[in-house]
Amino acid sequence: MNVIVGKPLTRVDGRAKVTGGAQYAADFNQPGQLYAVIVSATVGLGRVSEIRSANIEAMPGVAAVITHSNAPKLPYLLHKGVIDPAVGERLHVLQDDAVRFFGQPVAIVVADSLDHAEHAAAALRIIYDARRPVVDHADPDVARIIPDAAGADRSRGDADAAVAEAAVTVDEHYDMARENHNPMEPHATIAAWNGDRLTLWSKSQFLMNEQAEIAAIFGLPAESVEVICPFIGGAFGTSLRTWPHVTLAALAAKHVQRPVKLVLTRKQMFFTTGHRPRSLQRVALGATQEGKLTGVIHEGTGETSRYEQFTEALTAVTDYLYSCPNVRTQYRLAPLDTGTPNHMRGPGEASGIFALESALDELSYKLGIDPIELRRRNEPQIDEAENKPFSSRSLIHCYELGAERFGWSRKTPEPRSMRDGRLLIGMGTATATYPAFHAPSNARVRLLADGTAEVEAAASDMGPGTYTSMTQVAAEFLGLQPAQVRFRLGTTDFPPTPSHGGSWTMTSVGSAIRAACLEAQFQAAKRAIADNGSPVFGASIDTIEWAEGRLRRRADASAGLSYQEILAKTGDPIEAEGSAQRDPEAAERYSMHSFGAVFAEVSIDPDVGTIRVRRLVGAYGIGRVVNPLLARSQCTGGMIGGMGMALMERTVLDARDGRPVNAHMADYLMPVNLDAPEMEALFVDEIDPHVNPLGVKGLGEIALVGTAPAIANAVFHATGKRVRTQPIKIEDILTA
Amino acid sequence: MTHQNPAAGKAGTDKQSRAVAAQSDPTSITRRTVLQIAGSAVSLAAVTPAAAQAVTTQPSMETAARPVRLLVNGNARELPLDPRQSLLDVLRETLDLTGTKKGCNQGACGACTVLVNGKRIVSCLTLASLHDGAHIETIEGLSKDGELHPLQQAFIDHEGLQCGFCTSGQIMSGIGCISEGHAGSPEEIRFWMSGNICRCGAYPGIVAAVADTAQRS
Repeated sequence: MNVIVGKPLTRVDGRAKVTGGAQYAADFNQPGQLYAVIVSATVGLGRVSEIRSANIEAMPGVAAVITHSNAPKLPYLLHKGVIDPAVGERLHVLQDDAVRFFGQPVAIVVADSLDHAEHAAAALRIIYDARRPVVDHADPDVARIIPDAAGADRSRGDADAAVAEAAVTVDEHYDMARENHNPMEPHATIAAWNGDRLTLWSKSQFLMNEQAEIAAIFGLPAESVEVICPFIGGAFGTSLRTWPHVTLAALAAKHVQRPVKLVLTRKQMFFTTGHRPRSLQRVALGATQEGKLTGVIHEGTGETSRYEQFTEALTAVTDYLYSCPNVRTQYRLAPLDTGTPNHMRGPGEASGIFALESALDELSYKLGIDPIELRRRNEPQIDEAENKPFSSRSLIHCYELGAERFGWSRKTPEPRSMRDGRLLIGMGTATATYPAFHAPSNARVRLLADGTAEVEAAASDMGPGTYTSMTQVAAEFLGLQPAQVRFRLGTTDFPPTPSHGGSWTMTSVGSAIRAACLEAQFQAAKRAIADNGSPVFGASIDTIEWAEGRLRRRADASAGLSYQEILAKTGDPIEAEGSAQRDPEAAERYSMHSFGAVFAEVSIDPDVGTIRVRRLVGAYGIGRVVNPLLARSQCTGGMIGGMGMALMERTVLDARDGRPVNAHMADYLMPVNLDAPEMEALFVDEIDPHVNPLGVKGLGEIALVGTAPAIANAVFHATGKRVRTQPIKIEDILTA
Repeated sequence: MTHQNPAAGKAGTDKQSRAVAAQSDPTSITRRTVLQIAGSAVSLAAVTPAAAQAVTTQPSMETAARPVRLLVNGNARELPLDPRQSLLDVLRETLDLTGTKKGCNQGACGACTVLVNGKRIVSCLTLASLHDGAHIETIEGLSKDGELHPLQQAFIDHEGLQCGFCTSGQIMSGIGCISEGHAGSPEEIRFWMSGNICRCGAYPGIVAAVADTAQRS
C-alpha cells in the first residue's frame, strides 16, 4: 500500500516561500495600477460634517478623492454568508455620513503612486460632529442583550442549587482582553474591472464568500467576480469575512477606470477587520470533598458592535468537557461603539476554557487533589449535554502522555514551593478541546497523459500547509508519489470549498479530494475496461482493483496498468469531480471533538515580577495526523499564540474616543523569538472512523486552546497568586 | 515582548515642525533637511492627524525625482526616485521585487529586512535615496543557478516557516545574524533574531535553520 498520509513531508510550496516567489495579494502588481489609501475616522462616534477635498484633488498624482458625498450608491443586496453574523447588517461603506466607530473608513484617496496617495490622504481635512462613544465592556451602563442566535443558554439539572449546597466551591470572575489577529500580512486587495467583470487579488480565507459578498454589494452575478488568492500571509480568522476595504478597492477601480491596489496600514488593521472580543466571565463550581463535580455555572459576555451581533462559542466547552449532573451556561452580548468583532483562532473556546480551566485548577488546590487526578475523577463516559457517545475522546490519554514527557511528577503540590536559584518556578496544566467540524466541499482531479495528476479546489493555505497535506491525500488515494501530484488552490474558478477556518479544511476539502480521486480512478478503470487492447478489457468493474496506482484484475499478480498506459490510447485526460459531507447518521449518533492537554512551566522573578515561559508541552488527540512535521509546527505555533494571549496581547482602547492606543506592532505585544520556550507537541494514536473517511479531526484551533490557562495555572503554582485577567501583567504579580 | 525597536515609529511633532520650517524657505533646504522632510512624509501614517495637518497646510509640496544608482542583486539600476520613497517601496512598487514584504511599515516586524552592503536593515525605515551606489541584496537574489542558498534550504528542511510572509525577512536577517557572528548558540540566535516577528510562531524551526546553517558555514 502506498502510504503517503502520515509522512513528515517538507512543504511542497517551501521553495516558493523561501525564494520570494510565493505571491500574496499585494504582490500582484497590475499594469497601469493606481494606489488607494483609506482615510480612517479620527473620532469614535458621530458624523462627518465637512470634507475639505478641493485642494487635495490638485495635489500631485491624485486621481480621485471618494467620500460618502460623491461615492455611488451601491446596491448592497442582502447577503449573509455562513461567516457573517446572523443578526444585523454589515457596514455600508461610504454610503452615509455616520461614524459608528473609531477608524471607520470615511474617504479614499487614489493616486498614481503610493507616496502620492499617502501624502494626499494625510492632508485631507475632515470635520466631524463627534460624540463620546461607549467602548468599555465593563461599564455598568452597557446593555447586556441576549443574542438572537439559538443556544445562548443551556441547562441540565439545577446548577445554582448544586453549587449553593456543595461541600467545596469556587465562584470567580474572569476578564480577558480584546485581541487583534495581527497576521504578518496586512489586508490587501488589487481590483481590476473589465467591463462588468471584476477580478480581485485579495487576501481571503473564504474565496467563495468574498465572491458572493462583493457580487451582492455591487449587484452583480457571482460569476462576474473572480477572487484570486494563492497565498495568505497568516490570518487567524481576520480574513474570513469580506471587510469594507475590499469594497473600497473595487469602488475605486471602477471610479478611476484603472486597476487599483489597496493595502491597509498596520494601524488600520486594528479598525475594521475584526478582533477577538473582550470577554467577562463567571465560573462557579461545586464539588464533593472527593473532587466529584456536583454543579457548574458558566456565564459569559462578549463584545459586539451596534450594528451586528457577533457570537462565538464562549461557554460551549463547559457543556461537554466534564461529567456533572447540574450544568448551566449563559451567553450575553454587550453592544459597543466599535467595529464588529470576528473569529480569532479558537474563537470562544480559547476564551471560555481559560475561565473554566482556571476555576478547575483553583478547585484542585482547595481540595488538595492533583489537577490531573481531578480531571480523571470527572471524566465523562458520554457527552452529557447531547446524551451521545464521543466519536473518540483521548483526554486522559493526552494527560498521561503529556505528564510523562513534561515531568509532571517533579511538581511539588504547594504553591511557591519550587525554585531555581532566586527564581520562582511553577507548573500548570489545562485541557484543550475544539469541535471536529465538517462542511460540504468539492474538489476536482485531472489525470494527465504523462501519468501525473492535477488537483484543484477553491481552498486556501494561510500557513498550516494545505498545499502539502492535500497533495499527500491525493497521492495516497491515487496511488501516486507526491511529486506526481500538483495541487492548486486559491481561485474561485476552482470547485467550491468552505472557509479556511474552524479547523475544517482537511476534514472537508481533504474528504472531497479523496472522493474526487476515487471517482477519477473509477473513470480510468471504465476507460481501460472498454479498451480492447487492454489486459482488463471486458472485465466487470467489481473484478478489478487498484494497487499502487495501477489497475489489474483481482488475484492477478501482474504489475497492472498505470494511468499513463490507460490514457495512452487517446491521450485525453480524465477529469473527475468529487464532493463530500459528513455522514448524517454519524453526525446524529456521535459527539465529535478533539481533546488535548497542555503543560506549562514558568519562571518568575519575585522582585520584579517578570514571567518567562520555560517549557510548553501539548499532547493532542486529533484523529489521524496527515503530516506530523506540519502538525507539530502548527501546534507549537498555536501554543506560542496562546502564550501571547496569556502574557502579552491586548488592544487598549481610549475611553474618550475608542481609539486603539497601541495599534502598532511594537506596542501590541506578541511573542518574539526570544520569548519562545522549549516546546514539544505530541499526538496520541487515535482512530476515529466516524468523523470522516480520512479519520481527521482538525488541528488549527485546538493548537491554541488551553495554553493560556495552563500558563495562568503555572503562574499560580509559582507565586500563590491567582490572576483571573488576561494577559497577566507584571503588576498582577507584584500586587496582592 | 522584547522587540521594541528604538528607531521605530518615533516621528514626532518636533521633527514635523522643523520640516515645515525648512519647507517654508526653499533656499534653506540642505541635504539634511530634505531627508527630514522625506522622513516625515513617509511616516505620516504613524503620526496624529493634527500633526499631519500641520505639515500639509501647504499641500503643493512636490519633491523632484533625482537619479539614484542601486546595485540590486548584482544588477545595476539607475532610477529617478522621489527622495521620500522608502527602500522597501522602491523594491516592491518600482522594481516589482515583491519577495520583500511590508508587514508594518514601522520598523517593528522585520518582514522587510534586506542586506545593504552586507548588513541587515529594515527597508521600510530607510530612504532609497540614502543608498546611492549601495549593494542591495533581497530574497530574489539568494539562489544561484536555481540552487537554493543553504539557509533557504534549511528553512524548508527545519520547517522554519508556515504562512511564509515573514520568511524573506527571516532569511535575510538570518544571513546577517550568521555573518555578524551572532549564531553561536540557540539562545544567541533567539536574541539576535527577535527583530523578526513570526506570527505563526515558527520560531523553533527558524532557530534550528539558522543554527544548522551557521554550523555548516
